[in-house]
Amino acid sequence: MDLVLNPEERAFQEEVRTFIRERLPDDVRERTWSGARMDKEGQVRWEKILNERGWMAPNWPVEHGGAGWTPLQCYLFEEEMEAACAPPPMPFGVSMVGPVIIAFGTDEQKRRFLPRILSSDDWWCQGYSEPGAGSDLASLKTRAVRDGDHYVVNGQKTWTTAAQHADWIFCLVRSSREAKRQEGISFLLIDMHSPGITVRPIRTMDGGEEINDTFFEDVRVPAENLIGEEGRGWTYAKFLLGHERTGIAGVSRSKAQIRRIREIAQSETSHGRPLAEDPRFRERLAEVEVELMALEYTILRIVSAMNAGTAPGPEASILKIKGTEIQQTLTDVLMQTVGYYAHPEHPPAEPGANVAPIGPEHAAGLSARYFNWRKASIYGGSNEIQRNIIAKMVLGL
Amino acid sequence: MNFSFTDEQNLLRESVEKLIAAEYPFEVRRDLAASETGFSRELWRKFAELGWLGLGIPEDAGGVGGGPVETAVVMEALGAGLAVEPFLATVVVGASLLKHGGAARHDGLARLSAGELQLAFAFAERQSRYELANVETRAEPDGEDGYRITGTKSVVFNAPAADVIAVSTRTAGRSRDREGLTVFALDAGAPGLHVREYRTMDGLRAGEVDLDGVRAGRGDVLGRTGEGIAVVEEAVNAGIVAACAEAAGIMTRMHRDTVEYLKHREQFGNALSSFQALQHRLVDMFMACELSRSMAYMAAVRLADPETEAAELRRAVAAAKVQIGRSGRFVGENAIQLHGGMGMTDEMPISHYFKRLVLIDSQFGDAEHHLREMAGTAP
Ligand SMILES: Cc1cc2nc3c(=O)[nH]c(=O)nc-3n(C[C@H](O)[C@H](O)[C@H](O)COP(=O)(O)OP(=O)(O)OC[C@H]3O[C@@H](n4cnc5c(N)ncnc54)[C@H](O)[C@@H]3O)c2cc1C
Repeated sequence: MDLVLNPEERAFQEEVRTFIRERLPDDVRERTWSGARMDKEGQVRWEKILNERGWMAPNWPVEHGGAGWTPLQCYLFEEEMEAACAPPPMPFGVSMVGPVIIAFGTDEQKRRFLPRILSSDDWWCQGYSEPGAGSDLASLKTRAVRDGDHYVVNGQKTWTTAAQHADWIFCLVRSSREAKRQEGISFLLIDMHSPGITVRPIRTMDGGEEINDTFFEDVRVPAENLIGEEGRGWTYAKFLLGHERTGIAGVSRSKAQIRRIREIAQSETSHGRPLAEDPRFRERLAEVEVELMALEYTILRIVSAMNAGTAPGPEASILKIKGTEIQQTLTDVLMQTVGYYAHPEHPPAEPGANVAPIGPEHAAGLSARYFNWRKASIYGGSNEIQRNIIAKMVLGL
Repeated sequence: MNFSFTDEQNLLRESVEKLIAAEYPFEVRRDLAASETGFSRELWRKFAELGWLGLGIPEDAGGVGGGPVETAVVMEALGAGLAVEPFLATVVVGASLLKHGGAARHDGLARLSAGELQLAFAFAERQSRYELANVETRAEPDGEDGYRITGTKSVVFNAPAADVIAVSTRTAGRSRDREGLTVFALDAGAPGLHVREYRTMDGLRAGEVDLDGVRAGRGDVLGRTGEGIAVVEEAVNAGIVAACAEAAGIMTRMHRDTVEYLKHREQFGNALSSFQALQHRLVDMFMACELSRSMAYMAAVRLADPETEAAELRRAVAAAKVQIGRSGRFVGENAIQLHGGMGMTDEMPISHYFKRLVLIDSQFGDAEHHLREMAGTAP
């Protein structure tokens, strides 16, 4: 065993670090650091810079325009990105539908979709959940009926993140009624500009509008947009879920949060001294750091095994549960650093906005973020469902 | 020992619950929180008619009597309805302060209980966090019997609606000294007093209060000059106990809503409430609600009892606030979690209850702060 990076690995890390330092636009970094809401223009600008360097899709094979990196390199890359407050590419294209198209798509689908994911010219969203199908995804009802060389889609998806920005949606739809529910499901790519699609924003408790209801009314989808075989969508979706989970732990993002908490604690006071010097505050933060360290070394064990050729197993659910719990604790600690200034509805911290802050400038948006981040233990397979997965698949219960 | 409600207290609770049920469906709360004033003046008048605004105020001062337990009963029921009316700021904290009023404020309590007076208490400052004696706002002598007050007060609840704003100031000593504090009652319209109004995340109203040489007379002093810490602590203790009762009402309501939701939401062909993992979670939430309620009323009884020694009271109030802060997070976060995506939405009442519950923790000092008060480890 060896916890030290070898010279090549260190050189790789250094190369990534330098690139980000030189090319990440200041306004984009600032936005990520302050926890301000995503803005499409800045996101696209940064994704194009990454793509120019060939780093938009670290885990894709080189032949499809990916970086073709090893799992360890991908991990180091993600770490450097988060540590430098570089927003990761939107996951729906690069991390979710991309790998599915690469694994199960036709050559024509690869030619058509992959380059536009890499260039960030197409934005994607994920159409899985429905009002009646959340944790129990296989009970989904959105129907796709074959009509000549089209499918006609009717139904409703919900909680669709970024649907208002998306050009395409990848959907799980019911294409036939089978005895076993999973078998009637197909994986369909749908143009968000098609007639019959309506997107309605859902306001979340923090005041944001990042999720939506997405309605389909007689939407005609060319049959060539079907991924793989009709009725095998569940298999493809499960393949994708494996991809969704390793990145979700957000270790470096949490480390960056801890740095931010420390910085804010320098300018906050407690009992007449900087909060950063308060023993109880320091101990509390150290407790989170221990948890984070335990998570980090668990990830490294998994990444090591992946590097040696073992696919990540259901143990990855540990990363989702622990990672999101730590993130949520940190949003709470962060909110508490500002005491009473957790209360105001702060004017939005938009760069260039000319409104005086209420209280210290760094207080803006901290409680909103705490409220917003409750989502992390709900989406991506809720933490209860992750526990069920571990109980069943790992412990064999 | 008798830790049960009297018939009068039960009647009082029922009357608040009845009003909430009849006139305060969630849509009304939502509209009020978004309205210009942020609460209903009409309901406030009704509160006055029902005698609730005179609670805790002696009858000879224009009130209806009663004490912290009665106040807690009302606060718990208002919490369950998530009422936005400034009962805590005006009737609990405000009245506690006005009781110390000098000649210039002699009719204040009567006007308050008649619903004609709104109050706010400006005690926190940017550097003070939750320390009550950490006051840098200064009141300098000005002329024969007056003062000029200069400083900035943070996150003053109900400041936008307040007719009178009570302000903790330093007339002597250094920041953090317990001696040398003086509390003044200022007219909100006083020259040099400026309120920057805003909404709070939990749908209430507050403001930053700027004091630029505001003139005050001796008659505006609440309590004694230089001994203001007693006035401040009394008001804050009353506020804590009432906020704990409000939180207990919110928690119980969130728990009830979650139980109902899980009974009706089906996944995997079964009601979510049939899953044992979730049943146990609901049980843990239930226990947290019950323990919180016990602590809220324990603190109210201690506060009501004139025999309670100062140290004992401090301990009781701090312990209740720790319990409420911790349990509030546990019950609140789990209620959202168990609602799944629905819990995240602005549309569902549960998310609004959650926001108020979380922010009660940092009102009058959070669990971390009060834990240290209890342990005696605050530096
Ligand atoms: C901010 C946000 C963004 C999202 N983005 C997307 C998106 O882009 N695309 C998309 O398709 N979906 C998205 N989702 C939906 C998300 O995947 C679902 O919310 C999630 O799967 C849970 O489903 P549900 O909301 O219906 O909750 P439910 O399934 O109704 O669950 C309610 C509660 O019960 C628990 N529970 C359910 N079943 C069990 C069980 N068997 N044992 C123990 N506990 C159980 C759950 O963990 C949860 O706590 C998003 C959700 C949020 C909050």
